[in-house]
Amino acid sequence: MIRVALAGNPNVGKSTLFNALTKLRQHTGNWAGKTVETARGEYDFKGERYQLIDLPGTYSLAVHSQEEAVARDYIQSGQADGVVVVCDATCLERNLILVLQVMELTGKVLVCVNLMDEAKRLGIDVDLSALEKRLGVPVVGTAGGRQEGLENLKSAIARLVGVDAPASPRREVQERVTLAERYAAQVVRNQEEGQLRRQQRLDRLLTSKSTGIPLMLLLLGLVVWLTVAGANGPSALLTALFARVGVVLEGWFSETPAWLSGILLDGVYRVTAWVVAVMLPPMAIFFPLFTLLEDLGYLPRVAFVMDHAFQRCRTCGKQCLTMCMSMGCNACGVTGCRIIDSPRERLIAILTSSFVPCNGKFPTLIALITIFFVGGRAGLLASLEGAALLLGTLVLGVAGTLACSRLLSATVLRGMPSSFALELPPFRRPRVGEVIVRSVLDRTLFVLGRAVAVAAPAGAVIWLMANVMVGNSSLLAHCTGFLDPFAKLFGLDGVILMAFILGWPANEIVLPVMLMSYLATGSLVEFDDLAALGQLLTQQGWTWVTAVCTMLFSLFHWPCSTTCLTIYKETGSVKWTALAVVLPTVLGLGLCFAVSATAKVLGLG
Amino acid sequence: MYEALCLSALKEGESAYVTQVNAGPAMDRRLMDLGLVRGTRVTCVLRSPAGDPCAYLIRGALIALRRTDADGVALERQAQAVPAGAVAT
Repeated sequence: MIRVALAGNPNVGKSTLFNALTKLRQHTGNWAGKTVETARGEYDFKGERYQLIDLPGTYSLAVHSQEEAVARDYIQSGQADGVVVVCDATCLERNLILVLQVMELTGKVLVCVNLMDEAKRLGIDVDLSALEKRLGVPVVGTAGGRQEGLENLKSAIARLVGVDAPASPRREVQERVTLAERYAAQVVRNQEEGQLRRQQRLDRLLTSKSTGIPLMLLLLGLVVWLTVAGANGPSALLTALFARVGVVLEGWFSETPAWLSGILLDGVYRVTAWVVAVMLPPMAIFFPLFTLLEDLGYLPRVAFVMDHAFQRCRTCGKQCLTMCMSMGCNACGVTGCRIIDSPRERLIAILTSSFVPCNGKFPTLIALITIFFVGGRAGLLASLEGAALLLGTLVLGVAGTLACSRLLSATVLRGMPSSFALELPPFRRPRVGEVIVRSVLDRTLFVLGRAVAVAAPAGAVIWLMANVMVGNSSLLAHCTGFLDPFAKLFGLDGVILMAFILGWPANEIVLPVMLMSYLATGSLVEFDDLAALGQLLTQQGWTWVTAVCTMLFSLFHWPCSTTCLTIYKETGSVKWTALAVVLPTVLGLGLCFAVSATAKVLGLG
Repeated sequence: MYEALCLSALKEGESAYVTQVNAGPAMDRRLMDLGLVRGTRVTCVLRSPAGDPCAYLIRGALIALRRTDADGVALERQAQAVPAGAVAT
């Protein structure tokens, strides 16, 4: 097998090329630092098998960071039969610095000038054969996103394998940079200034003092609104569908012992069906919209606009990017924290990652908002109101993140902000079709699959707890009764707290567990009608104060089991993982206590 | 005749040339990796809502830097004042 490493600056489309060549699905997006692990994939070309190693994107190989060490060690180890340095055609000059650096380590170098389509759109023309002459190594042009130039690239890689060229002599930094500048001046022609100016106009609109923050809130609000408004119909449809399937299944299970059909049907099936019905539609809307913004290159602009707030909290503005990822899934957000170089700032970002509500919390938040604050109404106005309130909840999550980051910076993780350099890549036209397919297949189904894998066994456990009798009442009732006095202090009740505890494997099942306990029928009951759900909760003594406290606790409590495990993996420390659990829990309980106590004193609710 | 200033003082739309990079060892290295060395032309392109950070065009790439870091980069208006590009073929 022939081994070929892909090296290059961050965000030059390395992962897109990797995916196109290997048919694998490494996540891509228009911002620097997505590839946090070295991915490997294989492809066949003319009867030979090639292994492709996607090295982390780096600006240099001077070993200042983990990624650079990984990239440099691999290239120097001689394990690769060739190194492909992927360059961004829209920013060739800077990319050539790395090319020259790699050429000082090995002679088996192929330069792949990627994003040729983007460069063309921006009126930038790169003379590839002139570049080949200057550098003295083969140069290929590609447009990875459009699958253009891949065959050329493959045959160039095949030709590279036999080459035994010596590495070029070591250069000083200044010398390398000047050389890159000269080569770029000789091979790059900038024909059209108009496109660049258009890019800058868009940039100014999205980041300026008067429009930057309003537009950011508007865009986030729009995404949230489309999610809230669009998910209702499909959710109801799925619920109805699962109910029908449930009836059929009941027929099949009529002969089996009651306890078995109870576990399988009322436990596993109902909980799983609920999770799919309430989770799938919002995710299938949220993820593609979010991926579109990511593909466009908007996320680094958000980090740019928000950086000042993070700077004041003495943390890194890139934390904003990991928070965006946390909105999809907290565990992804935790892994994403590797883009933050400073260990102190990275740890702060990890510890506060669960402060941003993930997709799994959306259904609970949306349901409570609709029942208690929009009055269970439907229609455009109601969905706008609901979206505004959900947006408010998100903003509260961001505020919590900032406050806690500041607190950590002043206490256990004391320190000043480290240096910060964030690249704002050119806006790219989002590849709409591909974005939808990719985000639904890769993200939505991945997260849903994980939630279902958790929901199914959890369903069995919940059913058992609700049906195993100890004395006069069920195990579940005993537990909720035990928790009740404590929970009441915080404006919650035993059932709510128990639901959050049982929901540790996945936040999606919190609401169904709550319902199951309240109904004490020992199984999950379908609620396609939010008004009926509202009635049930009110009968159980819920007021708007209970709803606020439950929402607050949903926003700020222990991270789900997957996130906890990921935090442990990333930090390698039980102590930090414990802090990541304690921090949001204490904040959540504190806020709940404050709200319920204030309401009591003022005689509200 | 030239005017000396630092990167953070550069106004939106203005360009100048780097004379010295002194933003602390870690940041110096990172800026160097980005191609910001003596003689490099930089343009201030964007100012964030709070006025800090700003985004600069450095060798064709748009890079956001905080004021504390940009303070350490000394510039001057004229390119000729810096002996740049003096590398033999």
